[in-house]
Amino acid sequence: MTPEAVAQLLPVVELPFREGYVRSIIYVSLYVSGTAVVLSTLFSIPVAIVMGFTDFPGKQFVKSIINTGMGFPSVVVGLLVLFVVSNQGPLGPLELIFTREAMIMSQFVLATPPITAISLAAITSVSDNVRDAARALGGTRLDVALVVIKEARYGIATAILAGFGRAISEVGSVLIVGGNITSASGISKTRTLTTAIQLEARQGQYDTAMLLGAVLLVLVLTVNAVVVRFGDGGAMNR
Amino acid sequence: MSKQRPESTDDNEPRFSGATSRRAFIGTAAAAGIATLAGCSQGESGDENGGDDGGSEGDSGGETESSQAGVSGETLTLTTTTSTYDTGLLDEIHTDFQEMYDVTVDAVALGTGAALESARNGDADVVMVHARGLEDEFMQNGYGINRRDLMFNDFVIVGPEDDPAGIEGMDSATEALTAIAEAEETFVSRGDNSGTHTKELNLWEAAGTEPGGDWYQEAGAGMGEVLNNANQQGAYTLADRGTFISQRSEIDLTILVQGPIEGGPEILSNPYGIMAVNPGVHDNANYDLAMAYIGWITSPAAQDAISEYQMNGEQLFFPEAVSEDPNFQQYVPEGWSSDSDSE
Repeated sequence: MTPEAVAQLLPVVELPFREGYVRSIIYVSLYVSGTAVVLSTLFSIPVAIVMGFTDFPGKQFVKSIINTGMGFPSVVVGLLVLFVVSNQGPLGPLELIFTREAMIMSQFVLATPPITAISLAAITSVSDNVRDAARALGGTRLDVALVVIKEARYGIATAILAGFGRAISEVGSVLIVGGNITSASGISKTRTLTTAIQLEARQGQYDTAMLLGAVLLVLVLTVNAVVVRFGDGGAMNR
Repeated sequence: MSKQRPESTDDNEPRFSGATSRRAFIGTAAAAGIATLAGCSQGESGDENGGDDGGSEGDSGGETESSQAGVSGETLTLTTTTSTYDTGLLDEIHTDFQEMYDVTVDAVALGTGAALESARNGDADVVMVHARGLEDEFMQNGYGINRRDLMFNDFVIVGPEDDPAGIEGMDSATEALTAIAEAEETFVSRGDNSGTHTKELNLWEAAGTEPGGDWYQEAGAGMGEVLNNANQQGAYTLADRGTFISQRSEIDLTILVQGPIEGGPEILSNPYGIMAVNPGVHDNANYDLAMAYIGWITSPAAQDAISEYQMNGEQLFFPEAVSEDPNFQQYVPEGWSSDSDSE
């Protein structure tokens, strides 16, 4: 559903936005959170696989670190990323402060723990029978891993959704490292739905804030529906 | 209005119309994802490679030392206060500047303290704030240069219409605050080290009253939020006139003590200043563009635009950069002279 369609559902609310404003903040939200989640997934799944298939000293400790990471407050992450990307920080010369790339970095940090932890839980919960059967049929280590991942795919999809949910709904870190910037013509540069809601609420425009909140909700619902649908398709093809 | 942005800076933002652009979006997202992945992994291993970012964002400082003449296509990072930003003034007037120089202005709204701090860290090119004491300190420490008086409005003490502390119409801000403190009526303070917060603390000091107790609440929030907060509680607060006017239709608070614009005490005046970040301290600061901006915003045309900007039929800011008799103290910290110890 487009934001315009959402707006039509709420005829009481007069859209105070300039042309392209809502579309551009939706785009920035999806771009930043989507990229962050893709990167987190590329990082997390291999980590989860390695941890799910091997035993090494200190594994429980790594696990508890990851689980703790699920509770990282986003403002703290934002603050840490700010120190890193600020002109005075180690990545200062890259000029990342107040850019989408900095926002992606902080959301990467936020989304990685839940994706890793939930994927790991899904992988370890695949029955040993499945692994044994795959091995018995002459599968290599890679084959066994692929079979286990296939069995665990719902759990992994849930993990990615959880990471996406964490990323797109957080406001603390993107506000700090992104700066909530739009151009003078009202096209978002680093303003996301959440920071826009925060701004509208600050200005006392609660109805506008609610409208943007509805847009965010619809967006998250849509992404969830798409992923669930995608998962079902996989089940039918089996 | 919204069509006036130069397209050249915009290649990174596909529109969501139809299947083609959706495909373009996915393509862009994927490509950007890969590019950023490269940037991230290298960045995390300590390798400084910014190649992927500069290209896609058309971004600030990094390009200043390139051979291209002028400032066209560059980005100016302006940190400013919530009280300026929330009135919408900057969005209104920046379009002109962006077109004139073919540049982008990224305005970041923070409290005055935070705005100065981010400039101190070299994360901004130009700062627009309203706390002369903090501005002076910023300049004396060498972080800011070429300060100009920009515009002013005033502070007002607002509160519920029934005015339980009975301060309405007082001509002394300090007496009004003392009355609130004695009546122990709820007062919401910004509590965020902003220009307004600094002014409020100065007023308490001038009143000889130490605020404290249950009636004094530090919100730690922007002006708009504090007005909402005070509105919900039927409390008093100190607000800048601009934010109050721009939010008046949303809240029930009323002005009880006027500032100097409406004949109130001079102590409630609220002057805004603008400074460039010293390129001698932060060589990545986009000094050329910062000075172009300061030149533009203190020009008669932009000053006219500021005085013409209205909200709910009222003028929010009064320009003061253009004058037949320039005030030379605007360029240096207050009280500075060439034989004083600071230089």
